[in-house]
Amino acid sequence: MCECCTTKKDIYLPQLATIEKMRLMNDTEMYFRFNMDDGPMDFIPGQFVEVSVAGVGEAPFTISSSPTQKDGIEMVVRRIGNVSKALHNLKTGDKIGIRGPLGEGVYPVEEVKGKDIVFICGGIGLVPQRSFINYVLDNRDDYGHVTILLGTKCHNQRFFQSELEQWTTRDDIHFLETIDEAHDCWNGNVGVVTTLLPKIESELASSEIMVCGPPIMYKFVLMALAEDNVPHDQIYLNLERKMKCGVGKCGHCQINNYYACVDGPVFKYSDLGIAPEAI
Amino acid sequence: MTVKKITKADFTDLIEKVIASQKVYAPQAKGDKYDFAPLTSAGDMKLDYDVTLQPPKKYFIPPVETLLTFEVGGGYQSQFDEEKFVLLGVHPYDMVAINQIDKLFSDGHFDNHYMNRRTNATIIALDVVNASKNVFASEIGTATVKQGYDLLLTDIGDAYIAEAATEKGAALLAGANAADATDDDLAKKQKVQSDNELSLSKHLLKCPASDLPKLLEKAYDHPVWEEQAETCFACGSCNQVCPTCYCFNVQDDVNWDMKTGERKRAWDGCMLDGFTKCAPDHEFRKNRADRFRHRLFRKGKYVPYKLGGEIACVGCGRCVGACLPDIANPVNVYNRLFDDLGNG
Repeated sequence: MCECCTTKKDIYLPQLATIEKMRLMNDTEMYFRFNMDDGPMDFIPGQFVEVSVAGVGEAPFTISSSPTQKDGIEMVVRRIGNVSKALHNLKTGDKIGIRGPLGEGVYPVEEVKGKDIVFICGGIGLVPQRSFINYVLDNRDDYGHVTILLGTKCHNQRFFQSELEQWTTRDDIHFLETIDEAHDCWNGNVGVVTTLLPKIESELASSEIMVCGPPIMYKFVLMALAEDNVPHDQIYLNLERKMKCGVGKCGHCQINNYYACVDGPVFKYSDLGIAPEAI
Repeated sequence: MTVKKITKADFTDLIEKVIASQKVYAPQAKGDKYDFAPLTSAGDMKLDYDVTLQPPKKYFIPPVETLLTFEVGGGYQSQFDEEKFVLLGVHPYDMVAINQIDKLFSDGHFDNHYMNRRTNATIIALDVVNASKNVFASEIGTATVKQGYDLLLTDIGDAYIAEAATEKGAALLAGANAADATDDDLAKKQKVQSDNELSLSKHLLKCPASDLPKLLEKAYDHPVWEEQAETCFACGSCNQVCPTCYCFNVQDDVNWDMKTGERKRAWDGCMLDGFTKCAPDHEFRKNRADRFRHRLFRKGKYVPYKLGGEIACVGCGRCVGACLPDIANPVNVYNRLFDDLGNG
C-alpha cells in the first residue's frame, strides 16, 4: 500500500467491543452496555457509533450514556431492521464491531454552560438526549434551570423507568411527562409532547432547547417554539438519518447541503439555514 | 516538466511494452460505442473515441469492492488492492471528475481504499479528438485539464504531444522512442486545446457555469422538478454513468462456511427509491421529483459548496444519452431555470 495510506487508519474498520449487559426494556427496546476491547472510548454527548454484527451489517446508534459514566458505553436498540434484530439476538459476552465515535455536530456541552436548558424528547428520542441529560446532571452546578419533557406513545413503551422516577423526585430539575394514549396505569398528561409546552411557556424564550424524536415531531415542535418566539440559535435538533458510512462519503444521510453524519447529527437550527429536508 | 513528440506507431509500441509489465485499461470498441476495458493488445486501443459508455471512475470505485473480511463473532481485517495499473486515454472532463472525487475522498475522513487505488494508478489523459454528440464540457470549463494526470497526450494528426506532469509520467515516457517537442509542435497542441475549449459544446448553457449555485438558490420550489420527474423511471442510469456520482451502499456477504465473510461496498444512486429509507419504513426523500431535484442540486450547489465553487457536472453528456425518457440533460433544466429566474 502507498505511504500516505499506511499512515492513516482505515475509516471503515470496526474495533471489537464486548457486550457487558443486555436488558429488554419493553417489547421492542433492548438496552446494551459494552466496553471497547482496546480501552475506553472518549466521546461527546450527541455522537454516535456504527455498530457491526459481522455477517449482517452495520447500523448507526447514538450513544445513550454520558461520558461522565466510566463503566462502559450504553445504547438502546429498537428491534426494527436487520442489524437491530441481529443485535437483539446476541448475548452478554458476545463481540460486536464499533466504529466511532462519529459526528462532529454534537450537543453544545460547553456553549450552554450557565444557561437554562429544555430537553424535548419524543419516544426513542430520549435515548440520544439522555447522554446530554445525564452529563448535565453529573455537572449540575455548571448549568442553569433544567427542564425535561418526555412524550411516549403508550404506557407499555416507557423505558429507563427507574431513572425517570429519580428525575420526578429530584428538586433540581423539572421533569414533565405525557403519554399519547390514555392508560389505566397513567394519571398524568395525555397527548403528544407539544401539549407539555404551554406548561413551561414562560421559560422557553430564555432557554436552550434540545429536540430529539421521531421525524414527524420536529415540525410540530418548531411550530410551537415559533409561537413563543424562541430564537433559532437557541434550538438544537438531533436529526437521525440512514447512515451507511458515517464519515460523509456514501450520501445516504444528506439533508440538502448537509451530511447528518459529519455535520450533525445535532444541528443548531439557525445554522441549518434553508434546509427543508431537515424537517 | 517533459514535453515530447511521439509518433502514433511509437506510442503503440510503448503501450505494448507497458502491457507486458502492468495492467493497462484503455478505451476500446464495444459494438458501435466505446468503453474502458483491460487492454491485451495495444492495437485495440481507440484513442480517437468520442465518449465511453462508463466513466473511468470504476477503476477507483469499483461497482462492488471488498472493504473488509471478517469472522462471524470475531475480528475484521482491512482489504486493499495492491495492483499498480495504467489508466490510458482519460478525457479532460473525466480527469476533472477524478480530481473532484480525490478531494471528496481525501478531505476530512481519509478514504484509503479509494486513495490507495488512486496512488497505484498512472493516468494518461488525452485531449478529445472527436466530440461526442452530447458533450458540453466547453460550457462547464472542463474541455481541457491542467492537473491530476501523470501524462497528457494531445493528438496533432500524425503524432501525439506527450506532456509528463509527474515523475511517474516522465518514467513512462522515458521508455518511448520520442523526440523533444518543437515550438511548432507546441503550437499545434495549443490549437487543439483552444479549439476544444470552444467546440465541445453540443448543448449550450445560458449562464456561466459558475452562476449555477446562485441560480439554484432561487429554484428549490420551481415546478421544473415535478414536471421533469413525471416521466422519470427512477432507474438511476444517470447516477450510474455520471463520472462525479460516487454514492455507495455497504453490505455484508457471508461465505459458504457461515463463519467468514466480506463487507462490500457497491454503487448506489440518489435517484433510486429507498436510497434514504430507514427501518422500518421511513423514507426521507420518497418523492421522485425530490430525488430528481436532489441530483441536480448536488451537481450545481451542494458539491460545489464543498469544492470551493467547482461545479460537480463535468459536461460529459453521458446522462443525456443514458436517460430513456430524455429528462436528465442538466443543461435543459438549468436553462429552464435561467429563463424563469435568471434575471430575478
